[in-house]
Parts: sequence; structure tokens; C-alpha cells
Amino acid sequence: MEREPVLKFEHIDAYYGSIQVLYDINFEVYPGELVCLLGGNASGKSTTLKTILGACKVKNGSVFLKGKRINGRPTKEIIAMGVAIVPENRRIFPRMTVLENLELGAYLRSDREQVKREIDNIFDLFPILRKRANQMGATLSGGEQQMLAMGRALLSRPEILLMDEPSMGLSPMLVDQQFEIIQEVHRRGTTIFMVEQNASMALSIADRGYVLQTGEIVLHDTARALLENEMMKEAYLGGRDDEDEEDEI
Amino acid sequence: MDLLLKELPQQLVNGLTLGGVYALIAIGYTMVYGILGMLNFAHGEIYMIGGFTGWWVLHLLSRNHQVVMNAAVVIALMIVIAMGVSAFVGVLTERFAYRPLRNAPRINLLLSALGVSIFLQNLVLNYQGAKARVFYVHSLIPESVRLIHLGPVVITLTRLIVIAVTFLLMALLSIMIKRTKAGKAMRATAQDLEMATFLGIDVDRIIVLVFIIGSALGGAAGTLVGLLFTQVDYYVGFQAGLKGFTAAVLGGIGSIPGAMLGGIILGLAESLAVTFLPAAYKDVVAFVILVIILIVKPSGLLGEKIQEKV
Ligand SMILES: Nc1ncnc2c1ncn2[C@@H]1O[C@H](COP(=O)(O)OP(=O)(O)OP(=O)(O)O)[C@@H](O)[C@H]1O
Ligand SMILES: [Mg+2]
Repeated sequence: MEREPVLKFEHIDAYYGSIQVLYDINFEVYPGELVCLLGGNASGKSTTLKTILGACKVKNGSVFLKGKRINGRPTKEIIAMGVAIVPENRRIFPRMTVLENLELGAYLRSDREQVKREIDNIFDLFPILRKRANQMGATLSGGEQQMLAMGRALLSRPEILLMDEPSMGLSPMLVDQQFEIIQEVHRRGTTIFMVEQNASMALSIADRGYVLQTGEIVLHDTARALLENEMMKEAYLGGRDDEDEEDEI
Repeated sequence: MDLLLKELPQQLVNGLTLGGVYALIAIGYTMVYGILGMLNFAHGEIYMIGGFTGWWVLHLLSRNHQVVMNAAVVIALMIVIAMGVSAFVGVLTERFAYRPLRNAPRINLLLSALGVSIFLQNLVLNYQGAKARVFYVHSLIPESVRLIHLGPVVITLTRLIVIAVTFLLMALLSIMIKRTKAGKAMRATAQDLEMATFLGIDVDRIIVLVFIIGSALGGAAGTLVGLLFTQVDYYVGFQAGLKGFTAAVLGGIGSIPGAMLGGIILGLAESLAVTFLPAAYKDVVAFVILVIILIVKPSGLLGEKIQEKV
């Protein structure tokens, strides 16, 4: 059975000015999947997401969203086609309230009553956000901001949710909590494409994974197979996952 | 001392009038800075064009210095048309002088703004000459109601109108920014432009909206000051621009409530200064405040910590 991928990269070369960052990238994400893109610092993970959003220059190749070629289109059109992102560092609007941040997630929607109900659902999913509804974004903790960024992205009802390093800057306990949330959102039917450095964590909840090394995909397989893969064990999974990064909020 | 107490309420009213006008001008600086991170040097000229437009409307609706219509209607038309024309010029400026430089170094934008400022000044000089145009307001505001006595204070009706209009416009803006979808999108864009685009916000349209609002308020200020001081010339934008800029910095550049507060404080400070000092010192007050705030608290009264925009 050949389903149409929600997202598909075909021979993508991406550049910043004249510097090439992505080399012949190919991958696809099917409806309902949770796919992760793994890679170390500066391997091109964020660039891959920016390429989807039309925020990065593509020289060769095509990005398809539900079968339509989207590279070259303006960002707002791509968003309107059903893409949402939880970006690196979350990018919460610091001087807007939690509620306003959530409302902005639904910026392109006009069904206000339904949006209100969905905001209520988000508050049920993340009760702490309901308590903070009228607080400014800047006053939230890192974990709360991550929840808010997730809620904001979900409110656009995306066909595909992009996540850029959801574990970044969170303490180990919050990372566990964060991945449970992602798993829950995925279980409820959202297609997710996630970029991560924390390979073991990401693979523990993903269906499939791709491995990116200095702008090239060097490996791809099911999550289970990747967890068993010798090269993966050596380069990305190696026992010392507490060595990751020490950045705390 | 006795004299001072007698003059104080009067100077407060004068300060509030002036302050409201400075606030309107400051809002335009602060909104554009908030989103583009640039000082729109041409904003003073937008104000000047608003002043000329108000004068022109009054001129068209007068015969032998007598208005041919209901005075309240004339004043309303002067303000509304001035706002429209200034907004239009503001949008043209953004479209042709700033948007093509969106991704260029900030200094290019500044130079472009400076160029627009000089261009608009000379355009008006060319068509209107260097002589001031006079607002013949005596038929707008009849003798019998020209002065209003409120206890110890005497307010001219003109001042009352200026105060009412400035504060009405500021209230409308505040509600718009706080409550409407467009207002929220404007704040979001000012706080994180790229993230705003990732939510589907059409940032180009938001920037146009910012220029429309900021320029319209500047234009209203131009006409209101014309009514107050009864004249306008091609060079008034320079002084007014400096005052508006000072008010914006005082309040915290980028912050709209800050611009309002900064404008009112500056207006009051100038008015109170002339109670104590010779009137010639009035214009020095703004620069003293500007220098002090830049040294002591560059982020202004209500501003965020100034950080380099990426
Ligand atoms: N705006 C830019 N201009 C020029 N080069 C850039 C830009 N952004 C990223 N790069 C370069 O592109 C390469 C890939 O960057 P990218 O941000 O995609 O990496 P990443 O995998 O997300 O890394 P990290 O784990 O640190 O977030 C890096 O070498 C980086 O220096
Ligand atoms: Mg990254």
C-alpha cells in the first residue's frame, strides 16, 4: 500500500548565502508517524526545518507537502497548508500573556468558538498553563515554556508538527516529562517530525529515524533497528548520555 | 511663591496639551523602532505634512478667513484628512525607501530615512515656499467660547480640543493594540519577527499597518499643533521630531505606553520649566532630559533592556 507522505524531501541542497549546509537530503514522513532526525551540533538539523518553512535558500531539489511542491513559496502560505513548529529555544513571546501566546497559535483560524474550546483542551493537557494564563511568557520556567510552545503549535491544528530539540535546556526530569507529552500528542493522531541530539530519548518514542552528519543523511531505519545499530551505539547512544549538555535555565 | 501657585495649574494644563502632542509623535517613532529596529528620521516630516494638510483643508473651507461650514466639522475634517495624507506618505516611504533595504545593514536604513526626510522637506519647500502658512482660527473658535474658566485655570477652547483629541487617539490605540487580533499580531511581530512569520502572520502587512498608524498619529499631531500655534512651515518637523524622539527614548524606545508617558512628562517638564526659567530655556529642557536618560537609564522608563536586535 503506497500512502502519500505528508512531508517529503527530494535531493535537497540548501545554502546560507554561498555556503552549502545540506547535501542531497532525502526523507519522508507518512501520516500518523513520529519521525526523528538525529545529529550533533551544527549538523544541519535546524536548517532542515527552516527549509520546510521556506526560511532558507534551496538550490536543488524539492520539498513536498501532501504532494505539493512548496519550496520557493512564502512562509505564511506554507504555514497555512498545515505546518506548525515548536522552534529551538521555544521562542515564546515574552511580553504577551500565556493566553495571548496560545491565541496567536490559532492566528490563521477564524472559528473562534472552536479555538476557545481547544485552548481549554490545552489547559486540560497542561494544567499549570491554566494557572498561568494571564502571566507574561517571560515569567514561565523552561518546562512551562516548552508546554506553551507545544500548545501554541497544536492550536493551528497542523497536518505536521515540527519540533526542534525539545529536550534542549531542560533538566533530565523535565526531558522525561517532555517526551511523555510528545508521545501523548502523537498518540492522539498528530504527525510529528522531530529534530534531536538526544538520540536514545528520541528513538525511544519515534517510529523511524534519520541520522544527519555534516549535512548528509548517513543512516535511516526504524527506531528499534537504530537503537541496535552498532554505529549508532558508538557515535550517538554511547552510555554517557548525561554528558549531553549542561545548560539549565 | 504666591505667583507660582497661581501659575501652576495653568502650566499643568499647558504641559498636558504639549505632552499629548509629543506623545502622539513619539508613538510613531517607537512603533517603527519596535518592529524594524530603526529610527525613522522622516517621521518629523510626516508630522509637518500633517500640519500642512490641516492648513490646506482649513484654507479650502474658508472664504476671506471665515469658515464656510460648521466649525466642529471643519476641525474634524482637518484632523481626519491630515491623518489620511500622512498615513499615505508614511506607507509610500515604507514601500519605496525602507522595504527594499529590509535585509541591508541598519546604517543603510538610517541613511535612507535621512534621505526621505530631506526629500520631503524640500518637496514642501518647493511647493509651499519658506514662508509660514497661517491658520486663521478665529472663525473656527468664536470669541464667546474662546476662553473657558475652570476655577483658577483658564483654558482656551483650542487647548481643550487638543487635549481631548490626543487622549482619545491614545485610548483608541491602546485598545486596538491590547484587544484586537491585528494589535496582538503587531506586538508579536515586534517581539519576535521570525516567530511571528512561523505562525502565519503576514509581517509585511503588519509593518504597513504600523506605518499607517504611526504616521496618522503624527499627522494628527501636526494639525493639532497648527491649531494651537496657528502656523506651519516646511521646517517644523525638525523640532517636533526631536521632541517626539526624546519622548520615545524617555519612555523607553519600543514601548507604546512608554511613548505616551514620555510625551506627557516631557510636555509637563517644559511647561513647568518656563514657570521657573526664562521662556527661552524651554527647548533646552528636552535635550537635557535626553542626555540624562541616555546616561542614567538608556532603556527608558518603561522600556525593556536594550538588546541588539538579531
Ligand atoms: N543564518 C546562518 N547563516 C550562515 N550559516 C548558518 C546560519 N545558520 C546556521 N548556519 C550554519 O549551518 C550549519 C548547520 O546549522 P544548523 O543550525 O542547521 O545546525 P543544527 O544541527 O541545528 O545545530 P544545533 O544542534 O547547534 O542546533 C552550521 O555550520 C551553522 O554554522
Ligand atoms: Mg539547531
